[in-house]
Amino acid sequence: MSAISMILVVIVAFFAGMEGILDQFQFHQPLIACTLIGLVTGNLEAGIILGGSLQMIALGWANIGAAVAPDAALAAVASAIILVKGGQGVHGVNTAIAVAIPLAVAGLFLTMLVRTISVAIVHIMDREAEKANFKAIEMWQLIALFLQGLRIALPAALLLFIPSSVVQGFLESMPAWLTDGMTIGGGMVVAVGYAMVINMMATREVWPFFAIGFVLAAVSEFTLIALGTLGLAFALIYLNLEGNGGNGNNSKGGSNTGDPLGDILDDY
Amino acid sequence: MVENKVNLTKKDRLSVAWRSTFLQGSWNYERMQNGGWVYAMIPAIKRLYTTKEDQAAALKRHLEFFNTHPYVASPILGVTLALEEEKANGVEVEDAAISGVKVGMMGPLAGVGDPVFWFTARPIIGALGASLAIAGNIMGPILFFVLWNVMRIAFQWYTQEFGYKAGSKITEDVSGGLLQKVTRGASMMGMFVLGALIERWVSIKFTPVVSRTPVQKGGYIEWDKLPSGGKGIQQALEQWNMGKGLSLTSTKVTTLQQNLDQLIPGLVALLLTFLCMWLLKKNVSPILIIIGIFVIGILGHVIGLL
Repeated sequence: MSAISMILVVIVAFFAGMEGILDQFQFHQPLIACTLIGLVTGNLEAGIILGGSLQMIALGWANIGAAVAPDAALAAVASAIILVKGGQGVHGVNTAIAVAIPLAVAGLFLTMLVRTISVAIVHIMDREAEKANFKAIEMWQLIALFLQGLRIALPAALLLFIPSSVVQGFLESMPAWLTDGMTIGGGMVVAVGYAMVINMMATREVWPFFAIGFVLAAVSEFTLIALGTLGLAFALIYLNLEGNGGNGNNSKGGSNTGDPLGDILDDY
Repeated sequence: MVENKVNLTKKDRLSVAWRSTFLQGSWNYERMQNGGWVYAMIPAIKRLYTTKEDQAAALKRHLEFFNTHPYVASPILGVTLALEEEKANGVEVEDAAISGVKVGMMGPLAGVGDPVFWFTARPIIGALGASLAIAGNIMGPILFFVLWNVMRIAFQWYTQEFGYKAGSKITEDVSGGLLQKVTRGASMMGMFVLGALIERWVSIKFTPVVSRTPVQKGGYIEWDKLPSGGKGIQQALEQWNMGKGLSLTSTKVTTLQQNLDQLIPGLVALLLTFLCMWLLKKNVSPILIIIGIFVIGILGHVIGLL
């Protein structure tokens, strides 16, 4: 890997680290981070495929309140670097994903560490606020953010300095049953992310929507966009019908425009 | 009073909106987003207050605990800007009132932001991008990045302006029906797409062979009777007819997976998801579940089940 590529990888990692906490531009999402690392190292296609595969696993990972999800930023950046150094191109994607998962866990501890350091930083801000020192508060805010960037950039730099031959030797020493098994596990592990999301959203009211989505997905002619449109349409229909039912017959003029079953029930 | 009335300019508000991007930069376990919040408020505080004492008081006021979804902080910022503007112009606005508005809004709005952005919009846009990317298509990441950021920036700017114009009146809207409707609608759409995603993207294949039945003569392609060369290939393909015609081999192999797919496609994926949900509800760490699934994948492969 050339020196310029290495510097660019560290910069991408730095942005992924900052975004891992900010959650705004989404540079830390595997889809973006892996693609960018693929791009700056000349492995664009492998990077995109790795990003897409990891993104599927990480779909439900979100920081809610003080709870921290597995660290998508470190998983994405480190696995992309390993993919590039392994030199297997597209064929190395599955192994890279398997390596990414333990890294997502390791990333958790780094995130917690920086979030604890930030406690001290806001106390410094308190002192500067007494003096109405705007410049200092702004500077400390950016220092805290900078630390979050380093949280990913430093591990990335360390990984870059491990010789490619070591990485390749490690990947090649993995027996086929292990890598194939990990690929199979990778296909199933996606369920965990979905389960996290469902646990957050599910109410009695929304389960029928889940069932319809599940059944309709078996129709392979529907693309994801088509399915999304259907989902949106169903939700809108439901909310509208519910609204009409609630307002009853007063505003709509004739009662024949509303929900006939609802009217019968109301009369009853 | 009237002549020295201070107002926030559009430039100030844009500056606040841009700085709110860094809301979570100093996220900490003690007061969470407080550092980012005061960082975002600084342009407004500078404009509104001129004496050191007032500025220091305002800075301290906004270093209190704050935590919500990072995007729905924008309408709260808007309202807070409106209140600070009134206060700076001499209207009696207690510090407690400003804190009250912040705290009163952050809970309910986080309850909207998390399901709408993290559990509906990002999984859907992410899955859309990822499904393209898995095939090596550069449009996947580009689509995800552009769609997400256009949506996010538009939301942040317009809701901040909305909050600023509505002022403290917005608190009535928060408890009102519209936001609740948006949240519920998003949950419905989200659940629909999740159901679809589980069917499509959780892949489990049981490989054990359930049955080997010989195919009747005439039901399979008799390879030794085909003419040689290209003509033979053509005939074979015609007879095979994309899987709808004759069988390729003289015995029909049925795997466990094919039997399950005839019942309900994706059933095992669904059951696995339910299992994960149950484990998560039992407070099993997601990390542990993920590692467990990899172990099962490897063991299952070694014994020939998966």
